[in-house]
Amino acid sequence: MSTFTVDPARAAAPRRESSGNGGPGVGGYEPNMVLASATFDVVGTRPVRHDGADKVTGRALYGADVHLSGTLHGAILRSPHAHARIQSVDTSRAEGMDGVFAVVTAADLPPAEDKLVDVGEGETKLAYVHGNILARDKVLYQGHAVAAVAASSPHAALEAARAIDVEYELLPSSMTAPDAMREEAELLHADLFKQEFGEKTDQPSNVAEHFAWRLGDVEAGFAASDAVVERVFDTATVHQGYIEPHNVTALWNHDGRLHIWCSTQGAFVVRDVTAKILEIPVSSVKVTPMEIGGGFGGKIPVYMEPVAALLSRKTGRPVKIVMSREEVFLSTGPTAGSHVRVKVGASADGRIRAMEATLAYEAGAYPGSFVTPGGMCVFAAYDCPNLSVECFDVVVNKPSCAAYRAPGAPQAAFAAEQVIDEVAARVGMDPVDFRLRNSAREGTRRVDGPKFRRIGCEEVLRAVRDHPHYRAPLGGPNRGRGVAVGFWFNVGLESTCTLNVNANGTVHLVEGSTDIGGTRTSIAMQAAEVLGIPAEDILPEVVDTDSVGFTSVTGGSRTTFATGWAAHDAAQKIVSEMKARASKLWSLEPDQVRHSKGVYSANGRSAGFRELAGQCSRTGGPVSATATVKPRGVGGSFAAAIADVAVDPETGKVDVLRFTAVQDVGKAVHPSYVEGQMQGGSVQGIGWSLNEEYCMGADGTMKNSTLLDYRMPTSLDLPMIDTCIVEVANPGHPFGVRGVGEANIVPPLAAIANAVHDATGVRMRRLPMSPPAVWSEIARA
Amino acid sequence: MRSAHVETTINGQPAEFLCEPRQSLLEVLRDVLRLTGTKEGCNDGNCGACTVEMDGRIVPACLVLGVEAEGAEILTIEGVAQGSALHEVQRAFLEGAALQCGVCTPGFIVAAKALLDRNPDPSEDEIRLWLANNLCRCTGYDKIVRSVQAAARIQQQESAS
Repeated sequence: MSTFTVDPARAAAPRRESSGNGGPGVGGYEPNMVLASATFDVVGTRPVRHDGADKVTGRALYGADVHLSGTLHGAILRSPHAHARIQSVDTSRAEGMDGVFAVVTAADLPPAEDKLVDVGEGETKLAYVHGNILARDKVLYQGHAVAAVAASSPHAALEAARAIDVEYELLPSSMTAPDAMREEAELLHADLFKQEFGEKTDQPSNVAEHFAWRLGDVEAGFAASDAVVERVFDTATVHQGYIEPHNVTALWNHDGRLHIWCSTQGAFVVRDVTAKILEIPVSSVKVTPMEIGGGFGGKIPVYMEPVAALLSRKTGRPVKIVMSREEVFLSTGPTAGSHVRVKVGASADGRIRAMEATLAYEAGAYPGSFVTPGGMCVFAAYDCPNLSVECFDVVVNKPSCAAYRAPGAPQAAFAAEQVIDEVAARVGMDPVDFRLRNSAREGTRRVDGPKFRRIGCEEVLRAVRDHPHYRAPLGGPNRGRGVAVGFWFNVGLESTCTLNVNANGTVHLVEGSTDIGGTRTSIAMQAAEVLGIPAEDILPEVVDTDSVGFTSVTGGSRTTFATGWAAHDAAQKIVSEMKARASKLWSLEPDQVRHSKGVYSANGRSAGFRELAGQCSRTGGPVSATATVKPRGVGGSFAAAIADVAVDPETGKVDVLRFTAVQDVGKAVHPSYVEGQMQGGSVQGIGWSLNEEYCMGADGTMKNSTLLDYRMPTSLDLPMIDTCIVEVANPGHPFGVRGVGEANIVPPLAAIANAVHDATGVRMRRLPMSPPAVWSEIARA
Repeated sequence: MRSAHVETTINGQPAEFLCEPRQSLLEVLRDVLRLTGTKEGCNDGNCGACTVEMDGRIVPACLVLGVEAEGAEILTIEGVAQGSALHEVQRAFLEGAALQCGVCTPGFIVAAKALLDRNPDPSEDEIRLWLANNLCRCTGYDKIVRSVQAAARIQQQESAS
């Protein structure tokens, strides 16, 4: 573990960008100070997480641990076919079974209105969410929900679901983007018309959207190049693979209010989407986010909440539904399989002259494959004036895609970063030196238009170049080393945080961001830093949607950045109030009181935070503050990976021998959990590279929907994952935070492919690089 | 379906319950006894989230029937801490940031404790092999393996002093 800190004041010409300053109602402090070179007392330390004891003793309550009195258990009947017309649904046999209380189908849902709905990190058509929750006329993938049952036990519910008789008329299915783009391919949606460059056409199509960005003149750029490499790449569908299956308990109470308990990345998204689907006011819905057993983007969508709600309304009882692992694979998640063409040209001096890409991503059953961010990210690490990127969002007969850690970017980087390596070799340069020579920097224009503000791409690449791993001997035959770099935007969105001061000097922190990996603590630490008290004196709590202001999803690497910012702002308000309280005690004006590290002083008198907290009752009553943010100053993040592999030429098996993850995080608030994000993202990338895939049969059904056959990395498959935290302060955040959690999954796919090439001379242009795939390529070479 | 009456020992205490013959030990622990610290991740023995110790062996509770618990001694995550004192593995997981979402953590802790009970000084490879039945999707295992190593060191220091 190492840290590579850059003080932007020294590393670049000082320049203040306009950036967010904390949302409404914030005052009394200097906004947007660039503090990365400052030393902190709490930020950057490694306290034990506040929810730790609950989680090592089994006391933490996850969604599946909810047990309400009188609970009924639900089960969902799902399509066994990849594509079929529903001819009839007969629920009478199920309804007559012992222990069955209710059955629902799409007929029980209000009709889908033609409007948009915010599904967490953007909008989509309500009809798509609707259609995915319960199929109406057609099933679009194996696992598509058709009907649901509430019964006295999980076993009774399952048996009853199986007793629902559905007649299907089978239709041809398409499993990949190129497949679904064929002219003769069966259409998934009769009412889906291709969008061409933002214009709606009258052409029904499986291509939901086709668009392009162009900068400069790529033809001239390729003409000026001495080395031009063009390749085509494919990646398989993979799943986020969180260990906890989706779950929900819903109670449609007799007072008309709907209460939902579930494991979700965004309680307010569940509230808002469920209300829209059921056509009830958001104020009628309360969502209690339970602890969540992993998400990675896959627990943003709403799947079962409206179904459990309907069953509860019909029965007057709480209804709980927990997915099986097979349902998780078949009906949730996956990330897009992709088909990507990349062409890069460079002149003999090592300058990239032109870059061109075509990306076709599988959206699954409904539009939204994350090809857009894929296209924005594909060349983001490079400063090149001539760029062309064309994107296709294609519906196929697989589950509807969900976000997965930097959604869309890893597939793009898998392609681009291998071509970059090939071009570097053609012009005779070290792959890291080549990337450094062409690195994106402040002022570089991305293909989709924006110019980068202060970014850490060069610093990340220099950290790779200077890392001992990069120069270490490989130490054996059939071994190779690969590097790659990747980018993710990170997002801001909206957050709320409330601080309530206790008389003993501790502070309750109330927030609405699902804590998936230690964010209660990283948020609390930012409040503690401002207040000048220990992290342990802040007591953070993630609460239900009735009890805190609107807070967007835990996603986009935003939680420590944005909810932490809200905590920072609320703490600033507390500091202002404490100055006022001290001034009352000392009969002074508030602006005569100074605050530093938890000590308030004026005219030779001073009092600590705890002392003032103890006097609150005498100085005006309770001290409490709320801050809301919708930050602008989001800081994009670059990550890189160095991977060493050994390839067994007899079997094609690839072993990762050593792996170093590098990322510009802006400021690591809790370095242990920053390292944890980098390690976890890297290992998901390793799994994506080497083993993970949806193995689809010719009939469009998945053949490996268990955790035995869908092979995620185990502890035995891996080395330690070294981390190198780079800190190029984000000038848009009070502590310089950029955010972690996503960028780290972008480079591993290509880094490992480049390492396999270094070891074998073979280029793997298809994922996963499973033993038979690698063996075949070696045999062919 | 007629329920069966089962007498067993859970976390050192005698316990009895009624269960359907088709219910797994995992269902019994979670739904009948409300010991929800043992988690379900796959229900087919491949993720390790429901790891418990049964008569000295670690088993996935989802692959054991409730009726098989008759006369057995079972240790779940709820029985790992002794009174108010956390077990060394639990402490090491907290200090080593070995958990993120925490849902696999009970299974890992039960499994790691069982390893240290048998082998107080395991190598990194021995830890990785022993824990290969437990899937974690958040951490990449690095901090889990290091925390088990740290717990082994603490245990050795404490037994030496």
